[in-house]
Amino acid sequence: MKNMDAVQKRLFQEVADLHNIPEGAYNFRANGESIGRNTTANIDIQSKTDASGIDIYIKSGTKNESIHIPVVLSESGIKETVYNDFHIGDDCDVLIVAGCGIDNCGNQDSEHDGIHRFYVGKNSKIRYVEKHYGSGDGSGKRILDPVTEVYMEEGSTMEMEMSQIKGVDSTQRTTIAELKKDAKLVVRERLMTHGQQQAYSIYKVALNEEGSSADVVSRSVARDDSYQKFDACIIGNAACSGHTECDSIIMDNGKILAVPSLEANNIDAALVHEAAIGKIAGEQLTKLMTLGLTEAEAEEQIINGFLK
Amino acid sequence: MLELKNITFNANESGENIGIIRDISLKADDNKFIVITGPNGGGKSTLAKIIAGIVKNSSGSIIFDGVDITDKSITERARMGIGFAFQQPVRFKGLTVIDLLRIAAGKELSHSEACDYLSEVGLCAKDYINREVNASLSGGELKRIEIATVLARNIKLAVFDEPEAGIDLWSFNNLIRIFENMRKSDKKRTIIVISHQERILNIADEIVVIADGKVIKQGSKDEILPTIIGTQYSSDVCPRMA
Repeated sequence: MKNMDAVQKRLFQEVADLHNIPEGAYNFRANGESIGRNTTANIDIQSKTDASGIDIYIKSGTKNESIHIPVVLSESGIKETVYNDFHIGDDCDVLIVAGCGIDNCGNQDSEHDGIHRFYVGKNSKIRYVEKHYGSGDGSGKRILDPVTEVYMEEGSTMEMEMSQIKGVDSTQRTTIAELKKDAKLVVRERLMTHGQQQAYSIYKVALNEEGSSADVVSRSVARDDSYQKFDACIIGNAACSGHTECDSIIMDNGKILAVPSLEANNIDAALVHEAAIGKIAGEQLTKLMTLGLTEAEAEEQIINGFLK
Repeated sequence: MLELKNITFNANESGENIGIIRDISLKADDNKFIVITGPNGGGKSTLAKIIAGIVKNSSGSIIFDGVDITDKSITERARMGIGFAFQQPVRFKGLTVIDLLRIAAGKELSHSEACDYLSEVGLCAKDYINREVNASLSGGELKRIEIATVLARNIKLAVFDEPEAGIDLWSFNNLIRIFENMRKSDKKRTIIVISHQERILNIADEIVVIADGKVIKQGSKDEILPTIIGTQYSSDVCPRMA
């Protein structure tokens, strides 16, 4: 592992909760190059030869192992597109922690576009955690445009927790999933935007075979002059069940557009969507103030709880 | 000690002068259990909110432990030791029972401390501590959690605004038990309950009857209760269920 400077260490902590080098497989990427990698008997990581990025191979039957692939950018003006492909065998049970932190103190934009593709084998169970974080006070923007594609084989399960709470100026997140028989996808997205930030979150989930299910839930807070668009479409092509929910708190001059949509192409497709946008209720503030909090403290508690 | 001096409240939400409270003066001595009763629309809940600072009185003054708190905010009053339980408990998406208790106590709470507060209102901590305070809880459960958040605070005065409102009979019987226990508790706190339930009136030290924005009767339970039983100021739950 190459030496990291303090900014890089802080970014790695923010996006992967890492204080030390993790156990198991990992690939650390900083300012466009790999600075540390570890493979295990069951998990192999290879650099791509035709593009920037890595291929991760997880052997069938791998259980209780983890893979960390955090990325940080601490130099201003870097723009990169990275392809990470996960080839996951059958009957696995693994945790994948990704995430990207950008610190931009300069005046040039910094951008990381991570293209993640997951090929999830039969009956495998994957938990995927991804955090996005930005810091630095330069005029250069911090931009993240991730694309996540998930191809799920029969009986597989994927739980995705994705959060972007601070400091990313512009993001366009696209998630596409295709599910086979009895596959199950659960998405929990947490998003907070402030200042002039813009965030677009787009989901397209196709439930292609019998017994497949998806539950896509987003909670977000838009503060100051920020803008968010949540666009989630679940397509039911078989006897399946799908649920999408977008729940947002709007503050200051924030703007939110929620576009949940459903497409049923089979009579046994059961699909539900919910969307709610509103400000913090006055009575919630009042209640917490009667417990001794100031109005500002009450607001903070309500938002923290909502995005937890 | 809480003292209300010539309190009036004149405006409704659209600002019309409707005189909801017309010149109420009251004293609540330390460690007393006081029940304020009266017909609906008589100004009871407004008075409770005026004490907590949620509603501003139009004139008059409020003295708490010798300090004039008339112009103090909800937060300042809360920090001085005034607690308030809402008639309709507020729901929160994301905040859990332990979060609310922690905010109320103003410190980190151990599992066993949280358990103490919840068992006081008849809830088992392990079933509730991590539940979100949202629509998945029943009216009775919310009401008990609301009361637990008041009990978790180090308060000198607790105001309960119609605790029996919106709960089923089964929960009501448990609620009475909570108030009876609170009554017996050795914690030094003054309790003011807005209620016209006979069983709550029956455990009062003092009863105040408010109608049409004025105090029409005030005195010890033994003195007042016999004069209001069976009237609209003191109603029992369905007699066949009692």
